[in-house]
Amino acid sequence: MTQFINQIINSLNIGSIYALIALGYTMVYGIVRLINFAHGEILMIGAFIGYFLAVTFNMSLIPLLLLSMIGCAIIGMIIDRVAYKPLRKAPRISALITALGMSMLLSNFFRWRFGASDKIMPEINLIGNIPMPNITIITVVITFMCMIGLQYVITRTKTGQAMRAVSEDKGAAQLMGINVDKTISITFAIGSALGAVAGVLYAINYGNLEPYMGTMPGLKAFVAAVLGGIGIIPGAMVGGFAIGIIETFVKGYISSAWANVFVFGILIIVLIVKPTGLFGKNIKEKV
Amino acid sequence: MSLLETKNLGIAFGGLRAVDNFSINIKEGELLGLIGPNGAGKTTIFNMLTGVYLPTEGSIYIDGKKINGKKPFQIVKMGIGRTFQNIRLFANLTVIENVKIAFHKDMTYNTFTGIFRLPKYWKEEDEITTKALELLSLFDMENDAENMAKNLPYGKQRKLEICRALATNPKLLLLDEPAAGMNPQETKELMETIHFIRDKFKVTVLLIEHDMNLVMGICERLVVIDYGMIIAKGTPDEIKSNKKVIEAYLGS
Repeated sequence: MTQFINQIINSLNIGSIYALIALGYTMVYGIVRLINFAHGEILMIGAFIGYFLAVTFNMSLIPLLLLSMIGCAIIGMIIDRVAYKPLRKAPRISALITALGMSMLLSNFFRWRFGASDKIMPEINLIGNIPMPNITIITVVITFMCMIGLQYVITRTKTGQAMRAVSEDKGAAQLMGINVDKTISITFAIGSALGAVAGVLYAINYGNLEPYMGTMPGLKAFVAAVLGGIGIIPGAMVGGFAIGIIETFVKGYISSAWANVFVFGILIIVLIVKPTGLFGKNIKEKV
Repeated sequence: MSLLETKNLGIAFGGLRAVDNFSINIKEGELLGLIGPNGAGKTTIFNMLTGVYLPTEGSIYIDGKKINGKKPFQIVKMGIGRTFQNIRLFANLTVIENVKIAFHKDMTYNTFTGIFRLPKYWKEEDEITTKALELLSLFDMENDAENMAKNLPYGKQRKLEICRALATNPKLLLLDEPAAGMNPQETKELMETIHFIRDKFKVTVLLIEHDMNLVMGICERLVVIDYGMIIAKGTPDEIKSNKKVIEAYLGS
């Protein structure tokens, strides 16, 4: 029984992180129909920013998290501007390949600058002199705060309204006076900021970081986004937790070696059985 | 003083000249009809006026200011609003959200203010909600405000498109086949609505239409195009008896 409860707690922990990353995938997909494979690297960059702030300025979690979010938001916007914006009218496959290239560029750039060896994330305080309570609780609480905040921005503010309008129909949106490029930039910024949160929490949870750390969680979060229905925000949240639960329970009750098999097996099953994901509606192609 | 002026406007897609030498003048408050057979280039002209297509030659002025080369959202701010031939509402947003989006250009609060719900957020959100509801009530749609746009009946979707275009506060309203798919009764109502809009909002209207009753009934002046060229201009009566127009429509 204790083991079961432990597994539940663990799965909430890792599930939160997957959900945060999956949100970034799904938001970007919703607005530009692009799977941003460089999103896993945003997680890595977020963790690195957090690491350097902790080491150099001995910063506590909350300010460190905010700065890392701002840093990643800016990097996310730059990536969009440099790599994806010129390809907005190109076939989707071009942008997808660019995203893969961007992903490799970023991780190898970090390896070149900072070395491939693991860096140890120092112990940090929550804020000021208040020590860090249980990291699992912090992870889950921060994740839920981010999700509520995001849901609120999307449904209640003009930024969110503009994002939904652009995702429905770019052409009509710009003819109603919406600056589509700016809206896409903001989407990348918000998605990347959530990725930064995931990165920092991931590094604190596992205690170390390295330039390729973003790849695996990135891919699993992608599976989560597809499972929930890519482009659908609540889908990404549910998908993230679902993948977290499946992975932890397979590790706990079957074998660690099988965890990835199950996670990526889900991707295959979803794509065969219900390609639109749990929350997706089947859209019939009109002829 | 003319509100909209185009000089020798033309666009080519590869070797195809879709519109050539298109020059018109629209005076303030005018209700002008743009007609022509299918594929004549009417919607292409609308797309150039709103910045969706970049004209390959000629120039467009609104209120004496040149607009070609500007982005669509900037042109909206300069006072051109439009509807679409095939309805392009934001289907999964509510009716009122569709209208509110068109008001965005008048709102100044930033994302940060929005996230933390500072006073400015409330002030501006309340203001445009009121404005949007007022606008909807002019079209008898205030009770549909919270419905999804996709769940509205067809006639109301058309109305909502006009409503949304009006929310951008245009000086010139471009209506792309507003009566498409409507029955005679609905078309008649639409004619009244268009008249009402022009008088109420003091807006100039340029209208593309196939329905000859509608066009002849409400437009003061007509421009007829065929194969991308203007073949006739004049009052509805003049156009009715114009030989070239009859040829273009019925074949020679």
